Amino acid sequence: MYHYTDFDAAFLKERNAQFRAQVERRIDGSLTEDEFKPLRLMNGLYLQLHAYMLRVAIPYGTLNSRQMDQLAMIADKYDKGYGHFTTRQNIQYNWPELRDVPDMLDALAEVNMHAIQTSGNTIRNVTADHFAGAAADEVADPRPVAELIRQWSTDHPEFQFLPRKFKVAVTGSAADRAVIKAHDIGLRIVKQGDEIGYEVIIGGGLGRTPMIGKVLYDFVPQADLLPTLEAIVSVYNLLGRRDNKYKARIKITVHENGIQDIRARVEDRLKLIRPQFGGIDQQMLARIEADFAAPTFLKGYLEPYHNAYAQDPVFRSWADTNLSAHRNPDYAIVSISLKAHGKTPGDATSRQMRLMAALAKRYGHDELRISHEQNVILPHVHKGDVPSVYYALKAEGLGTANIGLISDIIACPGMDYCALATARSIPIAQEIATRFEALKLEHDIGPLKIKISGCINACGHHHVGHIGILGLDRAGVENYQITLGGDGTEDAQIGERAGPGFSADQIVPAIERIVAAYLALRTDPSETFLTAYRRLGLAPFKAALYPEAQANAA
Amino acid sequence: MPKPFTPKVVTANALREGDVIYQSTTGWTRDLAQAEVLTDPAHADLREIEAAAQTSHVVGVYLADVALEGTTPVPVHFREAFRAKGPSNYAHGKQEQF
Repeated sequence: MYHYTDFDAAFLKERNAQFRAQVERRIDGSLTEDEFKPLRLMNGLYLQLHAYMLRVAIPYGTLNSRQMDQLAMIADKYDKGYGHFTTRQNIQYNWPELRDVPDMLDALAEVNMHAIQTSGNTIRNVTADHFAGAAADEVADPRPVAELIRQWSTDHPEFQFLPRKFKVAVTGSAADRAVIKAHDIGLRIVKQGDEIGYEVIIGGGLGRTPMIGKVLYDFVPQADLLPTLEAIVSVYNLLGRRDNKYKARIKITVHENGIQDIRARVEDRLKLIRPQFGGIDQQMLARIEADFAAPTFLKGYLEPYHNAYAQDPVFRSWADTNLSAHRNPDYAIVSISLKAHGKTPGDATSRQMRLMAALAKRYGHDELRISHEQNVILPHVHKGDVPSVYYALKAEGLGTANIGLISDIIACPGMDYCALATARSIPIAQEIATRFEALKLEHDIGPLKIKISGCINACGHHHVGHIGILGLDRAGVENYQITLGGDGTEDAQIGERAGPGFSADQIVPAIERIVAAYLALRTDPSETFLTAYRRLGLAPFKAALYPEAQANAA
Repeated sequence: MPKPFTPKVVTANALREGDVIYQSTTGWTRDLAQAEVLTDPAHADLREIEAAAQTSHVVGVYLADVALEGTTPVPVHFREAFRAKGPSNYAHGKQEQF
């Protein structure tokens, strides 16, 4: 993985020293909150409902064991012994005190990490496919180019005051695990003949006005990527609406001006700036690519895996659910569920973090990934070691076999933590998971993604959940709206709103009615919820959701 | 007709710890039960202005509605209930302090 250069280390050291002085000046009263707020936000520090919250970037979701251990140390020393992994491959600490934050940032810098541009109207943490470098279906590892974009966008002088925040995601596979069509810019590595290039998608986003991104270019050659990105963000910087916060994202700019107009403007801009890119970025990319060279895969015995699979039905169930195909057939990608039934989605204790770090070091070529679905991945585990990994995980409450199933729920922090939230998300996720665990239906239901947001900003990606839940405040009471048929993959689709919302104590029974309808309507167990929904449409699910309306109409 | 004035408390977050705090008659408290209940609109505005001036100690001052149980203020809106108690997934925040 990428190793900081002396330049990176010096930059971070200086930036952290600046922030330390800014915190001191805030505490001694020299800075007002109005003056301090933009400074703390530039360094990932929010003031939430009960406390400060520090959002730390995990660039393209990649960590090594030393970094994960340090995250655990920070959780113990400065927080309440846990961290929350988010839908943007960040980790959030919910309880730091202001005076401790500079020390936390210094501790992060020791392991090449920071919280820069995890907030504010800047280019945010660049996210990527969490199976990057390991997936069997990959054209190329998306992380080197994601790192190049991180370096280009960090402290980019032109892009520190964009009209609104700006999110970039990259995938190297045709199967989109990075939700690239719901990002301001989504990039997919593609091949034309032997040449590597990028499909460039812009103007996707969820939130108040959900939009699926539009293809700006089918193929941008590698050397033209950064100039193209710079041209796009530059056009948006000038054209994006600053008069209305709700219309300030690039999705609205693209929608209002049309993709052709935007393309023409990008091309004009590109002509102007292209000569400034003299190829240094390509030399840098080559250096970064060397850092991301694949590990030396081991040859080993597969018997332990086959034996455990044959003899232990609990292991078999977990292996069937939580393992994915690795590009090396002797290896597996291990998804560690942070969704134990009844627990908070995305939370890991410091003990759990240390265990995952130790397993990565011993069995996983020292690599970990954080997925946007709030789970942790060990991308490179030799199959012979998988049983050892599983039994160790199970002992720490990390052996839940539910990846991609109904209890593998994305949930934003919601009103339990977030100052913007209009309703809670976490307890709804906990109750749904607990309920379906009690029904023992989860594996029979099969692949089903529930995504919950506690406000219209949609951090919980509810629009692209097969079942999406949006928590709102209706006259001082929590109310939950359901959308159906959303999809965050390469076939991205915004879910359809099912009808009136449900109260907090009615939402779980409502989800149960949808699932019961699906089980009754599917042609056979191989027809997934999403496939069935696409075949049948909203009507039968709506009828199941609102039986009274049916009765009244009859 | 303007809405009748309902009882309020001045609330904010503490600058250093970030904790939810309430203005009492003698300073700031972390316990809503100890907060000064404001029943007169002009007085409430004045107390809010006084609180907001303490920029080296508090952040994000505003007036929050409360109901009275006897003489004790309790939250009206569920958001204020969470602020007064802490998150619902862990016994963290005020629920572990009081």
